[in-house]
Amino acid sequence: MAAVIEIKDLVKDYILGDVPVHVLKNISLKVTRGDFVAIMGPSGSGKSTLMNILGCLDKPTSGTYELDGISVGQLNRDELAEIRNKKIGFVFQQFNLLARTSALENVELPLMYTDTPAAARHDRAAKALFSVGLAGREAHQPSQLSGGQQQRVAIARALINNPRIILADEPTGAVDSKTSIEILAIFQRLNREEGITMIVVTHDPDVATYANRNIHFKDGIVQKDEVLAHPRDAQRDLESLSAEPVAELALV
Amino acid sequence: MNQLIASVKIALRALKVNRTRSALTMLGIVIGVAAVIAMVGVGTGATARIQAQIQSIGSNLIIVLPGSLSSNGVRLGSGAVATLTEDDAKAIAAECPSVSAVAPSVRGGVQVVYGSNNWATTVQGVTPDYMTIRDYTMLSGLFFTNQDVDAAAKVAVLGETVVQNLFGNSDPTGQVAIIKNVPFTVVGVLTPKGQSPSGQDQDDIILMPISAAKQKVLGTNKANARAVSTLMVQASGPAAMDQAQQEMEALLRERHRILDGQEDDFSIRNLTEVFAAQESSAQVMSILLGAIASVSLIVGGIGIMNIMLVSVTERTREIGLRQAVGAKTRDILSQFLVEAVTLSLLGGIIGIVTGLAASALISHFAQWSTQVSLLSILMAFVFSALVGVFFGYYPARKAAYLDPIEALRYE
Repeated sequence: MAAVIEIKDLVKDYILGDVPVHVLKNISLKVTRGDFVAIMGPSGSGKSTLMNILGCLDKPTSGTYELDGISVGQLNRDELAEIRNKKIGFVFQQFNLLARTSALENVELPLMYTDTPAAARHDRAAKALFSVGLAGREAHQPSQLSGGQQQRVAIARALINNPRIILADEPTGAVDSKTSIEILAIFQRLNREEGITMIVVTHDPDVATYANRNIHFKDGIVQKDEVLAHPRDAQRDLESLSAEPVAELALV
Repeated sequence: MNQLIASVKIALRALKVNRTRSALTMLGIVIGVAAVIAMVGVGTGATARIQAQIQSIGSNLIIVLPGSLSSNGVRLGSGAVATLTEDDAKAIAAECPSVSAVAPSVRGGVQVVYGSNNWATTVQGVTPDYMTIRDYTMLSGLFFTNQDVDAAAKVAVLGETVVQNLFGNSDPTGQVAIIKNVPFTVVGVLTPKGQSPSGQDQDDIILMPISAAKQKVLGTNKANARAVSTLMVQASGPAAMDQAQQEMEALLRERHRILDGQEDDFSIRNLTEVFAAQESSAQVMSILLGAIASVSLIVGGIGIMNIMLVSVTERTREIGLRQAVGAKTRDILSQFLVEAVTLSLLGGIIGIVTGLAASALISHFAQWSTQVSLLSILMAFVFSALVGVFFGYYPARKAAYLDPIEALRYE
C-alpha cells in the first residue's frame, strides 16, 4: 500500500527562554493509505506537536514530511492553508464549531475558502450532515445540539472536502463513553468504506483498541509501534450496549 | 461580487452579535460624518451668500475715484477734489483696449415726493452704460437712453426700496415724482439686487441721466462743470483687470499732466479683489469648520480600531479554526477589513442622514443659509469607508497573522 504520510528524521525544537527544548527527536514514520492509527502517550511526550506538524499547522525544525506525495516542509503559510483545506480534515476535542451559526453553515466553512458556488456548498454540506446521521438538524445552532451531535457536525465539516486524512485530537475527550463509541463507529465506517486514513490522538487506551495501529510516544521518540490484528468493532459494541438497557440505566 | 456580498453578510452577523457595542462604535463615525456634513454646509452657505453679493455689484468692476490733493502739506482725503471729468470717461472708453465700458457718475442725497409720501434717498446721475457695468436688469419699464443724457431729460429709474416707500404696490412707471422740487417721469424699475457685500441696500437708489442730475438736482461743480464723483469701469474680462488698471493709470496721468515722481490725483480700486478677500475668508472658515469636524471622524475611527482589536482577541479561536480549515492570510484579512468597513460605512450613511437633518435644522432655526453639496456627501461617504480601511487594517492584519496553533489553543 502506498504511504499517505511519510516522515523522515523529523526534529522539532522550541526555544523556551534561552533553553532549547527537543520536543521531537529524529522521528521517522510511515502511514499507509487506509490506516487507522491511534497515537498515545503522556502529556509532554510530543504527540500534540507531531499532530500539529502532520496537520500542516506547524513546520518541523528539520527532517522531511511528505503528505500524499507532496513535500510540505518548504511551503509557506498560504500554501499550507491550501493543503489543510484540500487534504486534511480536523476534529477537535472541543468541537470548535462557530457559535450562533447553523450546523449547515458550520459544515460549509472549509468550502468558503474554495471557489465552490453557494448552491453546491449547501448541497455537499447537507450530504455530509446526512452521512453522520444529522439529517434534519441543518438549521440547528451548536447550542441546540448535544455534545455528540456537535462532534458529528465537526466530523461532517472535516469530511466536506473529501480529505485524504482525518486528524482527530482527543475527539472523545469531551463526550460520554457511549457517545465516544458512536463517534468511533463513524470513524471506522469512514475508514473502511471511504478509505480515509484516520489518525487519532488519545490518552484513553480504550479508544486505541478500535484502531488497527497504535503508536506510543514518550519523550519525543516512538516508544512502541504495534499493529492490532483484531481491532474492536465500534458498531458491534454499540449494538450490544443498546441490548443492555439495564446496564445503561445503571450508568445514569 | 457574490463573494463580497457573502462577506458583508458574515460581517453584519458578527456585528449583530454585539448590537450595543457595534451601535456605540458606529456612533463615533455617525457624529463625525454628521458634523462634517453640517459644518461644511454652513461654511458653503456663507461662501455662497458672499459670492451672490459680489455678483450683485457687477463683474470685472473697477472704480476710479478722484484723488487726494495736498496743498501746503495738508493732504485732503480721496474725492476731496474734482479731478475726474466726463471727458476722462470718454477718453478711457476710447483709448483703453482692455476696458469694455465706462460710466461716469455723480451722486447725492435728495428728498423725493410722490403724492403724500416722501422719502430720503440717493440720486445717482449716470449714463446707460452703467446698467451693463452693474449688471442691472429692469423689473418693469426701460432704462433711459443716451438721447436722454444728451437732452438732460427729466426721467428717472427707481430702485425697489424707493418704489416701496413712495408708491407702495402700484406700478410707478409713467408716474411723476418730485425730486428736489423738480418733477421727474419714472421710466423704469430696477430688478432688486439686495445687500451689497458691505451691507448697503443697493435698491435704495434713483438713477437718472448724469446731465439732468447735475443741472437740475445736485448742481454742478463750481470749479469744473464736467466733473464727476466716480468712474465705474468694466474690464473686458477677469484676466484683463490688471491690464485695464495700468492702461487707465497711464492715460489719466497723461491727461492730468502728472509728472514722473508726482502722486496720482485719482485712485483706482478693484472692487472684485476687495470682496474676493471676504469670500476667501469665508472659505477659510468653511475649511476650518470641516477640519474641526474631521477630528471627530478620526476619533470615531480610533473607536473602530479599538473595538476591532477587542473583537479579534475574543474570536481568536474562531480565527484559528478558520485557518485550520484552509483560510488563507488574505481571507482572514478581508473578513475583518470588511467588518470594519461595514461598521464605518453604516455609520457614514446614518451620519449623512443626520448631517442633512442637522443642516436643515440650522438653516431653519438659526436662519443661516446652509448648502450641502452632493460632493460633500460623496466625500463623507468615501471618507468613512477610508476610515474603516485605515483603522480596520491593523486589527485585521493582526488577526490574519495569528499562529493557528496558538489561536486554536486560546482560551
